[in-house]
Amino acid sequence: MILNTRPNIADSDGFYADLLAAHRGLPEAESHAMNARLVLILANHIGDAKVLSQALVLARAES
Amino acid sequence: MAFAHQPFDYVAPAGLRAPEPRHKVIIVGAGPIGLAMAIELANHGVLATVLDDNNVVSVGSRAICWSKRSLEILDRLGVGERSVTKGVTWKVGRTFHRDKEVFNFDLLPEDGHKMPAFVNLQQYFVEEYLVQRAQALNIDLRWKNRVISVDQKADFASVKVVTPDGSYMLEADWVLACDGARSPIREMMGLEFDGELFEERFLIADIEMQGDFASERWFWFEPNFHPGQSALLHKQPDNIYRIDLQLGWDTDPEVEKRPETVSPRIEKVVGHADFKLDWISVYTFQCRRLRSFVHSNILFVGDSAHVVSPFGARGGNGGLGDVDALGWRLAAVINGVAAPEALQGYDRERCYGADENLLNSSRSTRFMSPEPGIERLFRDAVLHLAGRADFARPMVNSGRLSKPCIYPLVAPDADLPAGARPGAVAPDAPLENGWMTEALGRDFVLLALGCDAPELGLRVVKPVLTDMIRRRYLGDQPQAVYLIRPDQVVAARWLSVSAAGVAAALEQSWEG
Ligand SMILES: Cc1cc2nc3c(=O)[nH]c(=O)nc-3n(C[C@H](O)[C@H](O)[C@H](O)COP(=O)(O)OP(=O)(O)OC[C@H]3O[C@@H](n4cnc5c(N)ncnc54)[C@H](O)[C@@H]3O)c2cc1C
Repeated sequence: MILNTRPNIADSDGFYADLLAAHRGLPEAESHAMNARLVLILANHIGDAKVLSQALVLARAES
Repeated sequence: MAFAHQPFDYVAPAGLRAPEPRHKVIIVGAGPIGLAMAIELANHGVLATVLDDNNVVSVGSRAICWSKRSLEILDRLGVGERSVTKGVTWKVGRTFHRDKEVFNFDLLPEDGHKMPAFVNLQQYFVEEYLVQRAQALNIDLRWKNRVISVDQKADFASVKVVTPDGSYMLEADWVLACDGARSPIREMMGLEFDGELFEERFLIADIEMQGDFASERWFWFEPNFHPGQSALLHKQPDNIYRIDLQLGWDTDPEVEKRPETVSPRIEKVVGHADFKLDWISVYTFQCRRLRSFVHSNILFVGDSAHVVSPFGARGGNGGLGDVDALGWRLAAVINGVAAPEALQGYDRERCYGADENLLNSSRSTRFMSPEPGIERLFRDAVLHLAGRADFARPMVNSGRLSKPCIYPLVAPDADLPAGARPGAVAPDAPLENGWMTEALGRDFVLLALGCDAPELGLRVVKPVLTDMIRRRYLGDQPQAVYLIRPDQVVAARWLSVSAAGVAAALEQSWEG
């Protein structure tokens, strides 16, 4: 499996708004903790080690 | 070349000498929405009286982007072709992060439409064309007539009007508040205007320069020439360019408006000093709406009913959507064809439309101006990824440009193309003579495709079935009948239908 970097969320504006809404009102440290949990949850959903390592590389790269 | 504002003539109104007979409709405000409303009503046989506290068109260009749907509406009002001819036609938007393009869109990737995706045309031109059209239709436009109070009775409303020659009273069956974002009528009635204010300031400037920038919308996040903020460049007719610069909340609007502050900022955007400042303003944007646009015999239309931040061009275009939804209904009520309850349809549909505009505009504004902390972190992450991963590009939000909303109608439907479903504006297409939008006209019509329409006394449009019409209206089906409203919204559609079926759908369309 290779990491899908094509747009894959039908309503990306809606998702983005939901993401921000989930964080609204949290102090920054709790937001970071929530993000960490979110990464772990989604990583588990993906499962595939190759995909996960490609995602790590993409996220880590400097612009 | 800068626009020369010609004042319109003030004429002392009859009401100063003796009480005027009760009017059918008074429109308060001769902005684009009040003027469009007056012409739309005149096209349906109702002559309104328009009051405006001023005697010139919009000072400063304000709205510049007019959507395809607005152009179709303006065309029905008689000023569409003029607007397109004068305007700068565009459909591509490019978004940059620093100096790298991270997202672009093409708003009208297909041909076969009379009107382009967008034209840029200064608001003062649109208003000028509308004024001339209204004058040609003998609409009573009263300049320098300021409404200072309103009194609502059970079956009429009266307003007190101040003119340079003193004040007078006017009565009307219907008062349309088209008096803009600060709506004095909304204030006088003490109506709540709910929503949010963004703690952000934007410098909006129109400059005149010779240049050959593309006819595209260019938007930058954190450009090198304006670090940490956003910027927008848009071309208008007569060598005028619109520049929006995000300033941050901590800036002083009075200082920012000074030419000596503005000029160096603009020099950095365009790369030279060879330009003239035409109009400068500093804005804070809000997203708000009235809970209801219909208050018995006083109706709110345009900015008085809803305001949005301008990224997405949903203010004026949204207001023209109101005009579209209200005109035929109100005219029918006045002409005794429909009950006043029909206006509830206006309220419901345009609150729905306003919510869609508010949602999109506030999301764009948030993306441009994220709150410090996690919002900022995600925004920057999207911009960072957009340069390297396709999926992040559609998340970059510099404005989602105005589209007509699709009303959630409960109506007969069939297995036909989604783009022409009930609630959507009937798609345009070329006909043998002219265009679908022109053929549909201003009344309920039946569109008969590949078959005959049942006989009900409704006008029938029966075009030759070209490939484009098949694609937009039939899909794989051999035939269909569409019932189309006076605002060109599809009311119902069938593969085949009886006269009774059409009559029932027609009846349903009039209900609130
Ligand atoms: C910087 C900026 C950029 C924008 N860009 C776009 C864009 O690209 N596309 C778009 O669609 N929209 C845009 N808009 C929004 C657009 O300008 C408004 O939505 C539009 O002007 C609304 O029209 P209106 O007729 O409802 O109100 P207005 O244009 O505000 O007209 C209201 C009228 O009522 C009159 N009036 C007020 N009070 C009284 C009274 N008491 N008595 C009599 N008359 C009165 C006023 O003089 C005025 O003529 C932009 C707005 C801004 C500020």
